[in-house]
Amino acid sequence: MWAYWQSVPAHWREIPARYRLEGGECQDCGYRMIPREDICPKCGSRNVKPIDLPRKGKVVNYTVIWNAPRGYEYYTPYVIAIIELEDGTRLTAQLTDVEPSDVKEGMEVEMVLRKTRVSGESGLIAYSYKFRPLIK
Amino acid sequence: MVYIVGVGLTPVGNHWSKSLRHLAVEASVKALEDYGKDVDYVVVSNMLSGVINGQENLGSYVVSHLGKIGTPAIKIEAAGASGAAASVVAQGLISSGVAERVLVVGVEKMTDYTSLEDTTSALSTAIDSEYEGFPGGTLDAMHALVMREYMKKYGVNREDFSYFPLLMHKNAVDTPHAQLRFKLKPESYMRSPMIAEPITLLDLAPVSDGAAAIVLSKEPDGPNGNAEILSVGHATDTIAIYRRESLTEMPAIRAAFSEALERANIERDSIDLYNIHDYSSVIGYITTEELGLAERGKAPELFKNGGADRDGPTPVNPEGGLKARGNPVGATGVYQIAEAFLQVTGRAEGAQVEGAKTALTLSAGGLASNVIIHLIRGV
Ligand SMILES: [Zn+2]
Repeated sequence: MWAYWQSVPAHWREIPARYRLEGGECQDCGYRMIPREDICPKCGSRNVKPIDLPRKGKVVNYTVIWNAPRGYEYYTPYVIAIIELEDGTRLTAQLTDVEPSDVKEGMEVEMVLRKTRVSGESGLIAYSYKFRPLIK
Repeated sequence: MVYIVGVGLTPVGNHWSKSLRHLAVEASVKALEDYGKDVDYVVVSNMLSGVINGQENLGSYVVSHLGKIGTPAIKIEAAGASGAAASVVAQGLISSGVAERVLVVGVEKMTDYTSLEDTTSALSTAIDSEYEGFPGGTLDAMHALVMREYMKKYGVNREDFSYFPLLMHKNAVDTPHAQLRFKLKPESYMRSPMIAEPITLLDLAPVSDGAAAIVLSKEPDGPNGNAEILSVGHATDTIAIYRRESLTEMPAIRAAFSEALERANIERDSIDLYNIHDYSSVIGYITTEELGLAERGKAPELFKNGGADRDGPTPVNPEGGLKARGNPVGATGVYQIAEAFLQVTGRAEGAQVEGAKTALTLSAGGLASNVIIHLIRGV
């Protein structure tokens, strides 16, 4: 059961990344990442500082999910995409406010805060970043 | 030197009447009877018993039900590579002198989750649950991203992916312990329901129960056949795929393969068959490319033209692989090594590759994020 159940502290401690895209920037090699790591995955440096990542980017790859995991059935079908932010940092995110058939590679997107996961009838309702087509 | 000296398999499938303990005991008893002697250590492999069955401490659990109370026992987990990892640990116990004969038993009981949503959640614990799973990603979705990239890069279409499951199903017909022992029609593949575009149900391994056991010994003292573990190669990659440079290359496979060849000091030509970890059609293709059986982007042709057939030049998964033998995930690595053992000792029944002496097994956890290769030779 706990494969999809989530506690309040488990979500709370990820809030900097999930609410405002706080990532990390390696002070030695410049590599940026989300979430922030204590150790840079590229060069091994321990000098990684928090940084607010850009909230705009583009879709580089995506899939339409028809068989959702427990807790996400409500959104089916939905799109999971690899997004490249304006500074080159990549992350995995759900797309919102878009029909799956309208999604294209290279599509410009921006971050919004949305309800993401409900852990059962009496459980936590977790919010986090999703990306929608850029409103120009 | 460590040898495989005994084997026992349960059929892979939906074992509604059998629990985790029944399956583990059934395979273990068969392996111990095949070997004919006792063991002094038990290494259990499993991935999902804590999630699905609410049972951990599988070392004690298995020996308690196996009538071996007192024997030292542990559980090893590395997602889909759990079984191969258990073998690696067992070899270490033997070569370090801690044990002389080790029972390695892999067991998984997945069908106690009766909905696909729950099974998907459980399997998706093999990816980064906080930054891939939390936004709604699944293990299948990660394979879908790889498949889309592969199609784009090499200009191949859905039909090109059918050759993989077609061969796996054809091979499984002859495999006594396989789950899906029926041929697949090309039109069934093309009509298969979408799971995560472009991945369909028939691109993926099924949900399975099963247990497999092997006995490892420092002597080739098995009465029914023996095989030497020539070498192991083992490498990892990032658990989250959005941090990877490429989705169509799996560098952990290359690293594990070159290490295994070097340690065994053999040429790749001397490998008679390849037992690979095909959680999806596309990872089956990329794995054969990383192992040098096909040029990049050309694996579909290898499978279409019979190159990977059981009687072809480089047989791949003569038992049907994860796709059709089935994927009781934490036990799968032990099934693979057990199948290779049966092959190189001439006991693979209908699945036998004629004259096979040396076999490769490749097990992978997550999306090739933990890759373990064994090279095994009959003695
Ligand atoms: Zn760095």
